[in-house]
Amino acid sequence: MLSPELPLDDWLARLDDLAGRSAGFFLERPIVLDVAELDIDRTQLKELLAELANRNVRIMGIEGGRPSIMGPGMPPAMRGGRPAPDVEVPAAEPAQAAEKAAEVLPEAQPIRAPASMIVREPVRSGQSIIFPEGDVTVIGSVASGAEIIAGGSVHIYGTLRGRALAGSVGNAGARIFCRRLEAELLAIDGVYKTAEDMAPDLRGQAVQLWLDGDSIKAERLN
Amino acid sequence: MAKVVVVTSGKGGVGKTTSSAALGAALAQRGEKTVVVDFDVGLRNLDLVMGAERRVVYDIVNVIQGDAKLPQALIRDKRLDTLFLLPASQTRDKDSLTAEGVEQVMNDLKRHFDWIICDSPAGIERGATLAMRHADVAVVVTNPEVSSVRDSDRIIGLLDSKTEKAELGERMEKHLLLTRYDAVRAERGDMLKVDDVLEILSIPLLGIVPESMDVLKASNIGAPVTLADSRSAPALAYLDAARRLAGETVPMTIPGEKRGLLGKIFGRRAA
Ligand SMILES: Nc1ncnc2c1ncn2[C@@H]1O[C@H](COP(=O)(O)OP(=O)(O)OP(=O)(O)O)[C@@H](O)[C@H]1O
Ligand SMILES: [Mg+2]
Repeated sequence: MLSPELPLDDWLARLDDLAGRSAGFFLERPIVLDVAELDIDRTQLKELLAELANRNVRIMGIEGGRPSIMGPGMPPAMRGGRPAPDVEVPAAEPAQAAEKAAEVLPEAQPIRAPASMIVREPVRSGQSIIFPEGDVTVIGSVASGAEIIAGGSVHIYGTLRGRALAGSVGNAGARIFCRRLEAELLAIDGVYKTAEDMAPDLRGQAVQLWLDGDSIKAERLN
Repeated sequence: MAKVVVVTSGKGGVGKTTSSAALGAALAQRGEKTVVVDFDVGLRNLDLVMGAERRVVYDIVNVIQGDAKLPQALIRDKRLDTLFLLPASQTRDKDSLTAEGVEQVMNDLKRHFDWIICDSPAGIERGATLAMRHADVAVVVTNPEVSSVRDSDRIIGLLDSKTEKAELGERMEKHLLLTRYDAVRAERGDMLKVDDVLEILSIPLLGIVPESMDVLKASNIGAPVTLADSRSAPALAYLDAARRLAGETVPMTIPGEKRGLLGKIFGRRAA
């Protein structure tokens, strides 16, 4: 989650500084842009998105954006994702302690039907399916160079050769299931594993993956 | 009704131009009026492979820009009077192909031909997307190696999203043409197997063309493989592929596995 501050130039400079000090920080992790506190118009938001894209920061959703500033071609609007602030850009003033919202019970909210997305085709190299609202189920394979980014769990009834990112709006309970694991990258709630970190005996197997604290666990499905 | 076929791959040098000429000639040999269109502006090859390089006067860019009429730019093959070539320009840059211009040319061609074969440039840029734009059918040319397969997968994604058919919510018919298949290397495991490629790309197989010196020989004499020596292994593969493209059911042969049934059984037993 990124919460930019005005003036944007200063904020971007601090972001660059942070990214420079921890190389590859934003790489691989899709990020939610929080603009609730930001008084900007659509053009400025577009420019901000372009600046972030130049820095290879992948924005998967925008939170707190008034409808008047959102536009076509922008990442989807998100609400109530309740993501833990995992990327904190150092504030110009002394940083306020980032509240870890883990123990706080969410306020009573009207219960919404959980959303799910079904993809009936193979997902091809270069395509990305982004669905912050819930689970994604793919009936088919996910190619090398393709990616699935879900707010909930990812289910793949085929071979996963590309990337699967589950719980991407801050849902540590999300899981990844696939009929055959050949993945390039797996992530749950921002914690990720590349192909090289995966246990070789899981390759080619039906596998489920979940998050245990800060590490991704996996087991074969039989 | 005219059928527009795009021959595409993403990756360069996999055999698109060879396949466009061979399939085009094979379809024309069936007596169907066929034109092969070169979309590789700036790097045209099709005229050489079809032996028409010294007969090019006008090209597709001239037609689009109104400097020539379509019939002036079309070159009729000397061997087959049902086969035509619409060459690309070698001197212009890729931007001289405009979307409106290409649409106009395709509409004109559709009135005169049974088959329009579009030879796509490599890559996923303008030239390649314009070549696939108006297609009814795609022939995805792939070599049995990982990078070619991944690029083909990428192209299939574009075929399903960036084409006129896709935008109308219709399905683009897609076929896999596996080329430069080397039976010996496949046996040794140095190449992806046919089944692996099919599993990854999950589109139907149109044919398997073996790696063969006959392809080079044909291009040296400026003839599509199917015209140069119609009995050669790649020619037979392309002729079968063309029949499948035209809707016939033809049993598939994997090059190098042409032993008789008995041989196959013995071969299996021995293994
Ligand atoms: N089956 C084959 N056996 C042997 N050589 C082949 C075969 N198919 C193609 N080639 C050779 O591979 C080279 C590339 O072929 P071709 O020009 O048809 O590819 P292309 O995909 O059109 O390339 P580009 O992307 O540059 O347009 C040529 O030299 C051709 O002779
Ligand atoms: Mg070519």
